[in-house]
Amino acid sequence: MAKRATGGRKITRRQLLKGAVATAAAVAGSRVSGVPTVWAQNIKDIKLVQAGGSYSAIIDIGRQATKDLGFQVEMQTGAHDALLNRFVTQPNSVDIADMEYFFLYQLVPRGVLHSIDLKKYKWWDKVVPIFTKGEYPDGRKVSRQGTLPYKVQYVDGPDSNRFAKGPTQWATAIPTVYNADTLGIRPDLVKRPIEHWHELLNPEFKGRSAILDVPSIGIMDAAMAIESRGDIKYGDKGNMTKEEIDKTIKILIGAKKSGQFRAFWTTFDESVNLMAAGEVVIQSMWSPAVTAVRARGIPCYYVPLKEGYRAWASCIAPMRHLTGLKLDAAYEYLNWYQSGWQGGFIAKQGYYSSVPETARKFMTEDEWGFWYDGKDAKSDIKDPYGTLMEKAGQKRDGGAFWERMGKVACWNTLMDENRYMVRKWNEFVSA
Amino acid sequence: MRAPQAASSRFTSAPYVLVAPLALVLVVFFGIPLVLVVVVSFFDLDKFDIIPTFVLTNYSELLSSPLTYTLYAKTLKYALIVWAITLVIGFTVSYFLVFHVRSILWQMGLFLLCTVPFWTSNVIRMISWIPLLGRHGLLNQSLIALGLADHPLEFLLFSDFSVVIAYVHLFSLFMIVPIFNSMARIERTVIEAAVDGGASRFRVITDIVIPLSKTGIALGSIFVIALVMGDFFVVKVMSGGQSASVVAAMSNEIAILQYPPAAANAVCLLTIVTLMVAVIMRVVDVRRELSG
Repeated sequence: MAKRATGGRKITRRQLLKGAVATAAAVAGSRVSGVPTVWAQNIKDIKLVQAGGSYSAIIDIGRQATKDLGFQVEMQTGAHDALLNRFVTQPNSVDIADMEYFFLYQLVPRGVLHSIDLKKYKWWDKVVPIFTKGEYPDGRKVSRQGTLPYKVQYVDGPDSNRFAKGPTQWATAIPTVYNADTLGIRPDLVKRPIEHWHELLNPEFKGRSAILDVPSIGIMDAAMAIESRGDIKYGDKGNMTKEEIDKTIKILIGAKKSGQFRAFWTTFDESVNLMAAGEVVIQSMWSPAVTAVRARGIPCYYVPLKEGYRAWASCIAPMRHLTGLKLDAAYEYLNWYQSGWQGGFIAKQGYYSSVPETARKFMTEDEWGFWYDGKDAKSDIKDPYGTLMEKAGQKRDGGAFWERMGKVACWNTLMDENRYMVRKWNEFVSA
Repeated sequence: MRAPQAASSRFTSAPYVLVAPLALVLVVFFGIPLVLVVVVSFFDLDKFDIIPTFVLTNYSELLSSPLTYTLYAKTLKYALIVWAITLVIGFTVSYFLVFHVRSILWQMGLFLLCTVPFWTSNVIRMISWIPLLGRHGLLNQSLIALGLADHPLEFLLFSDFSVVIAYVHLFSLFMIVPIFNSMARIERTVIEAAVDGGASRFRVITDIVIPLSKTGIALGSIFVIALVMGDFFVVKVMSGGQSASVVAAMSNEIAILQYPPAAANAVCLLTIVTLMVAVIMRVVDVRRELSG
């Protein structure tokens, strides 16, 4: 505001961007309110490359952003490990890092990300307080086990490579999609209610259970089960000591040798196929995978368990190499990202938006009721591509938003002892 | 005095110029990366940085861990089993194609038929085993329907069995092609002479066909062993993630940015595979056989 008052001539790049966006089509080749043509042209030439997981760097979001913003947003996808390696070793090949929060432990100290000035980000006060304060709206603290986003949300200042103790004006990243994960079961084959994580290790399901073969996440699911069975009481499941890792792996090896697990899966499709084919009746799963099994007409239930959920959250951040117009475009993009279209899009795939109230504008009353409020669907629920997700009358497994996100037991993470942990995990897999 | 010197220098430089492009490509895309891997394997690392120094911890940790030996034993086991099976299949198929199919047209036709499965991607060929071998898969359903089994056979999928099947399926062609190639070059007259001299079919195979296809067998063995030793994807998918391999462990390390230990692991694997290839080359002088 102050800057605008200094005179129409001294227009900031940011305002320029806005003007150009609003009149993107008209601008080309003409002069608009004193804006030099060449700058407006520059905006059209800008391309932001966003690299992230297939569940968040969705091509449709890039297309919509390109349409709404007047510059190009290109989506590139990769697996977790490939992304982390790329952000660290080739930071200049990416403009927007789209990642899980625990990546920040590796990326912020290495100084590859731009610290986001929250004064330039307009939705921060509307972001779910899990991220901004590490609390639920009623003031209860969210579980600190693992990478609670709040722990890595702020840095001390611009270009700082150190996490701040509490909220500051400088964010490491903007939260995007997140969810609460639990076990998926085949109710028709399990034939009884499942209420605890330890059922994963129950010999009743010998040869018919599975876990995720991503060491850092798989070990947490295992820890949920082991703690629920009462074998180990962890100090912090998200940051185990060497002794805790040893004990956990020992129990897992025992279970593996007795034939408890049918498979360890790595990809979304593997988990869907294992469940749909009946190879497995109980396993750690992702929400859309459960829906994908049901979409084939096979019953699958995403069980709310007494011990709570293992949550994960994704975020996006501009890379530090961005400067000038491109950095301004990145801020414009961050603001667009949470303005609702993206939130509505991913909600229809079962994920949550960090600014639910803008997402709501892009959902029907019925969709909002089903995905966020845990109400019965009044009509068929479809995904963004029009494929049937749930029939009318169904209710979301686990219920409403706060019923699910309010029961987070731990967060996806990378442990301090992760070198040791991965070696132990390799022992487990090869046992 | 001057003229011959100029001539000789022109003659000696020509081969170097000719190999230069290939040498350059090899140095840039193979030599330098390889040297870097070796260098990095001696680096140290803390939580966030790779520290360029010279330490042996990566190797001492690797060599003192029982896990390393388990992994190598497992990977070698797969390599040997797959090698033996593909060798039998490769030899038999090639033998049939070369000595039993008279018409060149048929020979080529059948040879191309062997490559048909390779017209789809590796991944598809591997994944298609799952609906076939699964607990409720085609094979189990057929066995039960025929009364040959009263419950689904679990070992068919997500086991060493399924890993070996997938390897054999994927890599047999690499054995067939070189063996076929060297068998096709065996002089028919030699075999005719042997038969005329009263040699049995078995003796023809052991005394003529096998010795003269040694090159193909050696080349095929190198392909198959190197491919199995360097794989992690087939093991991961076909064992349902329940069996590890040397490379799978390496990939888990890279996933959390542990480059120096992964590099040390890579150097060890490379050394072992190179030794295996050296042994094969020692048994069969591939170069001599190829030029001869």
